[in-house]
Amino acid sequence: MQLFPCPFCGPRSESEFHFGGDAGNHRPEGFRAVTDGAWAAYLYERNNLRGAASEIWMHMACGEVFRMERDTVNHRVAEALALGQGGGDDGMAH
Amino acid sequence: MTRHYSALSLFKEGLFGQKGWQQAWRSPEPKPRYDILIIGGGGHGLATAYYLARTHNIRNVAIIEKGWLGGGNTGRNTTVVRSNYFFPESTALYDMALRLYETLGRDLNYNIMLSQRGIVTLAHSEAEMEMAARTVNAMQINGTDAELFDIEDVRRVLPLLNVSPGARYPVFGGVWQGRAGTARHDAVAWGYARAADRLGVDIIQSCEVEEFIVEGGRCRGVKTSRGEIRAERTGMVVAGHSSHLAAKAGFRLPITSYALQACVSEPVKPVLDTVVLSPGTGTYASQSDKGELVLGGALDRVPSYGQRGNLPVLEDVVAGLLEMFPSFRQLRLMRQWAGIVDVTPDSSPILGESPLPGLFLNCGWGTGGFKAIPAGGTLLAHLLATGNHHDVSRPFDLDRFTRGRLIDEAAGSGIAH
Repeated sequence: MQLFPCPFCGPRSESEFHFGGDAGNHRPEGFRAVTDGAWAAYLYERNNLRGAASEIWMHMACGEVFRMERDTVNHRVAEALALGQGGGDDGMAH
Repeated sequence: MTRHYSALSLFKEGLFGQKGWQQAWRSPEPKPRYDILIIGGGGHGLATAYYLARTHNIRNVAIIEKGWLGGGNTGRNTTVVRSNYFFPESTALYDMALRLYETLGRDLNYNIMLSQRGIVTLAHSEAEMEMAARTVNAMQINGTDAELFDIEDVRRVLPLLNVSPGARYPVFGGVWQGRAGTARHDAVAWGYARAADRLGVDIIQSCEVEEFIVEGGRCRGVKTSRGEIRAERTGMVVAGHSSHLAAKAGFRLPITSYALQACVSEPVKPVLDTVVLSPGTGTYASQSDKGELVLGGALDRVPSYGQRGNLPVLEDVVAGLLEMFPSFRQLRLMRQWAGIVDVTPDSSPILGESPLPGLFLNCGWGTGGFKAIPAGGTLLAHLLATGNHHDVSRPFDLDRFTRGRLIDEAAGSGIAH
């Protein structure tokens, strides 16, 4: 059982967390001006990085949505930051 | 030297100390140029090479594999073959694979130990029985075999299953596919490798792709740890590492990589002669020829490239098995492992040309790639040989995500794969 750090609650069991996709995956603005390709890229395409990754996660117990810097091979967590902290481009903060 | 495998050749070799067997495949040095290059020496890659040589008579073909042959998901799955899907496109694809599996042992002259012992997907409520009837109807209309089981049928094929009304997930019946079953996973890889090698295909192991050679906007081959290899067309068949290679080729895919675990118990005498899946517990199981119970379940819900697996899912899978078969409580778990699977948003595979012209994709099989190996190989071979889709692969092109024509089998058949 791995512990993930929730910025609000502290270390909690991995089974309490839900993966929310890539950090920085902005919803394309412009409504009808958005092409099919741009919309499909936003909805479906993923970075799916091997190694260091920047991801959005939700701690389902408290509802905190946050950014986690994590290695997808050895599962080490480098950092967990509440959205808007750390100067990163979360993609969900607007 | 003995090339052909048969009871007679086994007997003859037995008389002379088993010394005359020919090596099953060569280990050639890579040539600088091939007509077609395949990245990934798993089941789908090896099958692709075999069908290129046999069906399309293209024999100047190489497979490059960064590790060893069949050492990824082909050697890590739970060996189940079936075609119990909901949508016509899916049945066309998976039933093509199952039909090819039915004659594969003879076609390859290699015993893949296919055992069509049937699979039962349990229904745990009246509502699930209605969905089971819908699935059976869909499968029959789409041209594959299916039967609706009531509780007595389930009891007949699974005498050890806990069907008491007090069970955590009471059993009402289920969906039966009698042509489903298991096949020896390593034998499928080795059989395709031996047959492809015999037709002239070069299988090059311990050869990792470092970057793609792109000239004039087209993929012209790859730079590898063993030098440059050029080809007019390249197929990428690397399952859970598809996104990693796609990044080197300059595009992203609608894929997330997860660890999928499986485990086996200590071997026991025959107790389970079908494959059983319980949507309630999320566990499925069969018994191997050695007598081990082979178990699997859901994905680890943490995106991962670590071929290990985490504890919570393993606990769920084992708890689910004991819920279904209380008498297995005394068994000990012998081995546990994980493979990295490539999950798409609609739980259907991706087959077709990639955004980089000249590079073709076979990926996105998620948790269900083994059962599809003969079809995945046939269809990618068709794409690489002709440059065009086969009718069966057309709906699975990458363009379905832009066109909105998803084939959502997670919703359609309720099979988490």
